[in-house]
Amino acid sequence: MALKKKDHLELYRQMVLIRRVEERSAELYQAGKIGGFLHLYIGQEAVSTGIVSVRQPQDRIITAYRDHGVALNVGISAKAVIAELLGKETGVSKGRGGSMHMADIEKNFWGGHAIVGAHLPIAAGMALGDQYEDRDGVTICMFGDGATNIGFFHEGVNLSKVWNLPVLWLCENNQYGMGTAVDRASAVEQIHMKAEGYGIPHSRLEDGMDIMKVREAVGAALDHIRSGKGPYFLEVMTYRFQGHSMGDPQRYREKDEVTKWEQSDPIGIYHRYIVGDKIATKVDLDKIEEAVETEVNEAIEFAEASPDPGFDTLYDYMYASKE
Amino acid sequence: MAIITMRQAISDALWEEMERDPKVFIMGQEVGVWGGTYAVTKGFLDHFGEKRVRDTPIAESAIVGAGIGASMVGLRPVSEIMTINFAFVAMDYIVNEAPKMHTMFGGQMSVPLVIRTAGGGGRQLGATHSQTPDAIFAHFPGLKVVSPGTPADAKGLLKAAIRDNDPVLFIEHAAMYQVRGEVPEGDYTTPIGVSKVQREGDAVTIVTYCKGLQLSMAAADQLSAEGIEVEIVDLRSLRPLDMGPALESFKKTNRAVIVEEGWPSYGVGAEVATRLYEAAFDYADAPIKRVAQKEVPLPYNAALEQFALPQVEHVVAAVKEVL
Repeated sequence: MALKKKDHLELYRQMVLIRRVEERSAELYQAGKIGGFLHLYIGQEAVSTGIVSVRQPQDRIITAYRDHGVALNVGISAKAVIAELLGKETGVSKGRGGSMHMADIEKNFWGGHAIVGAHLPIAAGMALGDQYEDRDGVTICMFGDGATNIGFFHEGVNLSKVWNLPVLWLCENNQYGMGTAVDRASAVEQIHMKAEGYGIPHSRLEDGMDIMKVREAVGAALDHIRSGKGPYFLEVMTYRFQGHSMGDPQRYREKDEVTKWEQSDPIGIYHRYIVGDKIATKVDLDKIEEAVETEVNEAIEFAEASPDPGFDTLYDYMYASKE
Repeated sequence: MAIITMRQAISDALWEEMERDPKVFIMGQEVGVWGGTYAVTKGFLDHFGEKRVRDTPIAESAIVGAGIGASMVGLRPVSEIMTINFAFVAMDYIVNEAPKMHTMFGGQMSVPLVIRTAGGGGRQLGATHSQTPDAIFAHFPGLKVVSPGTPADAKGLLKAAIRDNDPVLFIEHAAMYQVRGEVPEGDYTTPIGVSKVQREGDAVTIVTYCKGLQLSMAAADQLSAEGIEVEIVDLRSLRPLDMGPALESFKKTNRAVIVEEGWPSYGVGAEVATRLYEAAFDYADAPIKRVAQKEVPLPYNAALEQFALPQVEHVVAAVKEVL
């Protein structure tokens, strides 16, 4: 599906929005306004933006704790994202979830899961739900390279093949599980090779910094699954420019390495593509950046002005059953 | 009323619920071709087919994790963990995923999942296969934990659990499938979180559940022959814990014995005794006694194992001590 100018501008807008939300969140964190953990998506914007842009509405997305990118891509407002980071009642999870637990099931986004690898069997179960009800949706399950070394991963991936479930296993290989490099934690550096052991077709996208390549690879994988051929495993190479979470001194990698990757900034790549191919002008893109700047400013104002959840709501979502 | 075994009561509950609602399905090790490790699901595969009677790999995280995912998207899974000793392998899902999902995303998702499992000792299966760790699971808000002591309650509680909108851990006793009892005709449910007086008396209150109910009933017969009439309160649910009938009874008898099969430390008895003291200290005419398993990993040797497990004579002796 060829993208029109307005589509490109929208994708560019989403990537810039993620970048600005994350940059401002880092400031809010340092100002003590965001608590807990804050895992930034800076550097990986092309991955989630590319994925969400090629999914169909019936395709579910579930991801790990580095979830702000997907949240914004699926259309959760910057207001609801930042309000959640500030723990406000107006947050997307009503201030109960925080940075790692954002979801909007109306937008077919199922979180935001913070136990490494644990959402893979859950994703398999969602895909089972669609298969059981003869729906043609695919469950897109995103996880990091670090998640592929834990037992949950293997149980979930194995089950998906045993039951031929419509699930896309999408490994975002940002090359570090917290501060431990892939080659120090995984028996194979080509993580997609792990799918070989489960008889699942697999591939690796070497350039996950280029949104056009992400779209192409994910689109092909989704077509494969939707045609009834069962699960597919796609590894996407990417890089997080920031530490694992706020307060990470990053002793595990050299500054040169970070600088090298920053030169392939996904937003810069897309900017050059759009302007170079004369899809839009630099002025068009500048306008988007200004609009995003305003949107994020307003979101922060909204979040800061929003009420905290009342103490009388503490037990509100304990059980779904009505007493 | 028909008199049937615990096995039949549980099997009937599953069968009737699957007939009632096509979204109900079962998954677990050996539930299909084998007919269930304890023959509870014998004949199910032929009648309901592979889609709804799903044999799984020996992978407890996948069994419960996929159950969570399927329940989140609208199905009503019954995930079976062959014995509660294997539930530890799926601990993250039982205590850290299922009970958190509704609250953590501000009420967006629910997990109408039943996790069926069997616990208890006395079958010479050794230390790793003979445990009664119910209290551990009852520790977690967001999870419901039930453990029936009669066929009637087993059937009614399992039906209620399947229809419940929250995750329910349904704990059977592996040595009780042949226990017989009267079961009401027709469709009925037993409410979760409601205790029941199973035998009336005025001398001592016995608070118990599951296998402890059997021991207590046998002890009550012996004591009755000596002119001591005990009142037996069956908790049936460990969370939510309904202390009403136990408190009412304690205020009448002023003496209590708590009977459980698990270890006493940090156990059900510890919780119930504390609640009785907190709410009715002035009513106590004697220190509350606990009857429980001796604090060792259970040995294989038959006589030694029985020596470590709570027995009818322990209940009789405890009642006489508090009198």
